[in-house]
Amino acid sequence: MSPTDAPSAGPLLRAEGLQKSFGENHVLRSIDLAVGSGQVLALIGPSGSGKTTVLRCLNGLEQPDAGRVAFAGGPEVDFGPSTTRKEKESLRTRSAMVFQNYNLFPHMTVLQNVIEGPVRVQGRPRAEVVAEARALLARVGLEAKAEQYPHELSGGQQQRVGIVRALALKPSLLLFDEPTSALDPELVGDVLTVIKELASEGWTMVMVTHELAFAREVAHEVVFMDGGVVVERGHPDQVLRAPRAERTRQFVHRLLNPF
Amino acid sequence: MNWQLFLDSLGPIARDGLTGSVPLALISFALGLAIALCVALMRISRRRVVSGIARAYISVIRGTPLLVQLFVIFYGLPSVGVTINPWPSAVIAFSLNVGGYAAEVIRAAILSVPKGQWEAGYTIGMSRTLTLRRLILPQAARVSVPPLSNTFISLVKDTSLASLILVTELFRQAQQIAAFSQQFMVVYLAAALVYWVFCLVLSAGQVRIERRLDRYVAH
Repeated sequence: MSPTDAPSAGPLLRAEGLQKSFGENHVLRSIDLAVGSGQVLALIGPSGSGKTTVLRCLNGLEQPDAGRVAFAGGPEVDFGPSTTRKEKESLRTRSAMVFQNYNLFPHMTVLQNVIEGPVRVQGRPRAEVVAEARALLARVGLEAKAEQYPHELSGGQQQRVGIVRALALKPSLLLFDEPTSALDPELVGDVLTVIKELASEGWTMVMVTHELAFAREVAHEVVFMDGGVVVERGHPDQVLRAPRAERTRQFVHRLLNPF
Repeated sequence: MNWQLFLDSLGPIARDGLTGSVPLALISFALGLAIALCVALMRISRRRVVSGIARAYISVIRGTPLLVQLFVIFYGLPSVGVTINPWPSAVIAFSLNVGGYAAEVIRAAILSVPKGQWEAGYTIGMSRTLTLRRLILPQAARVSVPPLSNTFISLVKDTSLASLILVTELFRQAQQIAAFSQQFMVVYLAAALVYWVFCLVLSAGQVRIERRLDRYVAH
């Protein structure tokens, strides 16, 4: 298991000037991001800051009102009123998403969940995909659960299946939307361990998270957002330990000292 | 109470129920479901015209009596040059009727599947159509079994209306026995009993289908 893209000079993903409004509510005011191949970017910020919307824009689940997104070696998608669905969907061929609520398919077994995309969408040979899927499940300690249904699994196990389902698509970029916030505290560790391993294997990731300690350990860059703008970005040690902006300082302090 | 006549009429009534009413209900329901699926998908379409057509269809079907629909097709259409035999007339009327009612059931079932399921389908690269077919409809199917069973049970009973356009079925047989014997109470109670038994069997079937489809929903 390794990322499909060889490291290259430019960033793997570049997003510029992303803007998004829901009615009067300007969720994103102008967001720029770049992720280098093999890098992990952590998006942090209070709820309503727009960090999840950024992630969803990168996957085409949300269409920005304006802005550009491009993957290395791919065409640039210029968002606006005339953006076609095809352009939006082209982003999904490069990235895969792990959801906060797992969003596993309840009517399919674990194995079927994992192979659905590679077989039905990518049209790859079923036998080959099944072998890969079983290997991936074994890696996250779930080989014995392959024939079970999602509701028979714990939250932590379901989320690990969610991660495997994303990996099976062989994307160049993994997107995580608060992957551990729906989990019972004692189950968070298992999922974070898996993500950490993926990071050390060189997968490129963008992760929305509230796990600051984890972000500091795994991320190469931390971006703090508030009110639809990037307030501060930089090395995790700097942003999380010695934030320059007052808003960042308050946010980090509140998360580390909830009482 | 003439028990002998009661028991004697059960046989012919049940026979015409099995050879007339049940096939009529089954075929109409199958066709009606196909119509309903199309109408439901049209109804949730983002194109205004398409959803408008579906909305109008549902409104007409639900806003007019089934008996009137039946009479329009069998007694009305010949005056514009379209003559259809009793049995096909009944199938057309019942299918169109089920199509209207079941469309709303299926639409509600589709909308009841969490938005995250659509998104999960999209993020693994699926189109809207593939997501609908592989992810949404299987989950909607489970949700729609109880209300669709109700629609089917109603239909089984409504097939008695076909007797009014001369279709040979359960109730028409009962009417003939009653007219011949002049024992209306006894014969119509026998007809009622047969309908009731049919519906009991159907309800039992519903429970089995629900159990089979249970894995299709999250617990």
